[in-house]
Amino acid sequence: MTASLRAREITLGYGDTPIISDLILEVPDNSFTIIIGPNACGKSTLLRGFARLLRPTTGAVLLDGDELRSLKPKEAARKLGLLPQSSIAPDGITVADLVGRGRFPHQSAMRTWSSADERAVSEAMAATGVTDLSRRLVDELSGGQRQRVWVAMALAQQTKHLLLDEPTTFLDIAHQIDLMELFADLHRDGTTLVAVLHDLNHAARYATHLVAMRDGAIVAQGDPREIITAELVHAVYDLPCTVITDPVSGTPLVLPLGRRTT
Amino acid sequence: MSIDQKPTTASSATAPSGGFTPVDHGRRLFRIETARISALIPVRSVVVSIVLVVVIVGAGLFSVTLGAYEVDFAAVLRAIFDPASDPDIRQVVFEWRLPRVLFAVLCGAALALAGGIFQSLTRNPLGSPDIIGFGIGAQFGVTLVMIVFELNTYMFKAAGALVGGLFTAVLVYVLANKNMMSSFRLIIVGIGVSAGLGSLTSWILISVSVEKAMMAATWGAGSIASLGFDQLIPAAIVFAIVTLLSLPLARTLPVLEMGDDAATALGIRPGRTRLAAMVFGVALVALVTAAAGPISFIALAAPQISQRLTRSNTPMGTVPVMLTGAALVVVSDAVAQLVAVPVGVVTVSVGGLYLAWLLATQYARRT
Repeated sequence: MTASLRAREITLGYGDTPIISDLILEVPDNSFTIIIGPNACGKSTLLRGFARLLRPTTGAVLLDGDELRSLKPKEAARKLGLLPQSSIAPDGITVADLVGRGRFPHQSAMRTWSSADERAVSEAMAATGVTDLSRRLVDELSGGQRQRVWVAMALAQQTKHLLLDEPTTFLDIAHQIDLMELFADLHRDGTTLVAVLHDLNHAARYATHLVAMRDGAIVAQGDPREIITAELVHAVYDLPCTVITDPVSGTPLVLPLGRRTT
Repeated sequence: MSIDQKPTTASSATAPSGGFTPVDHGRRLFRIETARISALIPVRSVVVSIVLVVVIVGAGLFSVTLGAYEVDFAAVLRAIFDPASDPDIRQVVFEWRLPRVLFAVLCGAALALAGGIFQSLTRNPLGSPDIIGFGIGAQFGVTLVMIVFELNTYMFKAAGALVGGLFTAVLVYVLANKNMMSSFRLIIVGIGVSAGLGSLTSWILISVSVEKAMMAATWGAGSIASLGFDQLIPAAIVFAIVTLLSLPLARTLPVLEMGDDAATALGIRPGRTRLAAMVFGVALVALVTAAAGPISFIALAAPQISQRLTRSNTPMGTVPVMLTGAALVVVSDAVAQLVAVPVGVVTVSVGGLYLAWLLATQYARRT
């Protein structure tokens, strides 16, 4: 297993209090890595560290052996993309224009729009199924469509690695599954994905590499089929549960035990 | 893989439609693609720019015919293109009237660009330097330099305007709790700060001699009537430098409009970009204020008018935005001459109506 993206003993936090201390994480190449854990476990903080949104106080994030911070911002942006938790669509922007903005790191003052940009945007819109929405205003789209457009923008960036910060949070169950299937397709087509997710069962179904965190540290990581057990879920979430095999996908399915059933 | 149905195989490497469906951009575009330069330019922006140039030249020539000394249209054209024409008319046109028109173009372009920068930065059509106090700050700086330090050359006034504008920017920034992105808060704080600086300016004016106060008040109405080439040249040099430095912002600011996280992911440093935008935006306002006094509402209205004319998705831009501002000031100045008032009075009157409309529509959208 090779890992071109990894965190080398990083300490991350806001102000003086570290949320994560000396954490090591190797993201396997071509994996769909999903980070789970309770609220305030540091999973989003870790993702922000990977995304250059938070500077590590010690340690470093390495990409292809280089420290991410030593790369020029645009160079880093050509290698590592991010779907932020919340972005702002400018008023009156069309889908094609918004997706086109994902090309910024590939452009320069002299080359503001090349055929490579045209191709990347066309392919990103096709992959996310928003080609027919091309001329529509982003403001007019439904939540699910809008999230697909943001994914298309991140894809147009054409990075080997793509970070996803709680990408399904504000969507209904049908759009959540729709989006997770899209990510699985992107993973199959060769993008290494790192996502922070709240839904343990979605993580278990789609992740090829699962990372469970608690209190700023990694409790367990590996193939979800091997690591998800009732003991692990209890250790991470303090949640009594039983784990069965998902009859649809064959992956682990976590069923919480409420007080009424025990 | 290829969806392209054409059986031809001889497609050049730069053909935009080779092997994939072209993006439906929803508008007509000029495509430029060579080995070193490539761009996509909306046809609409080009047409709008050409029309604006025609308006600027037409209103500018008309403006040159206005004044105490009778010069008709044909005489103006002869004076400009024929060096052997009547030297008196040439003197009137070149030394008295042309600098005024060129100043109008320069002031309009600079203010429009400054407005585009700040409106994009605050993501709000109200976030223009007129409203958030930087214009008043620059005015305060110039008043201080002119009246208290008695320095009345362009470069000293420009320095005063720049320092005053930047000081106001820092003050607003700190009072708005360093949260430049919460544009509503920024605008409210800016309005408060400009009211304070406005009254400080008034206080300086009433505490000095009548002659000094009159001089400052004439300048303070916003006029380009008495400006000559000796002031145009330094202003034009400063304008050219600041505009060139601001050009990269036309690509980075629209990306920053999507939020700091998205912008960082795309390879922009939000803090650095915002700082550059603030400094260059204030500098553009300062260079105009130093020369002509406050010409209000151009920075507010021009980016919005340009955005609607070109159907752009950002108030920030380059050529069409600057041409819109130039056209507004050249036309306003021609009107100002016809009714014999300073150009600042015309822009304030027209701009006030626009501001009322803007507030009404913004309010309607908010509720």
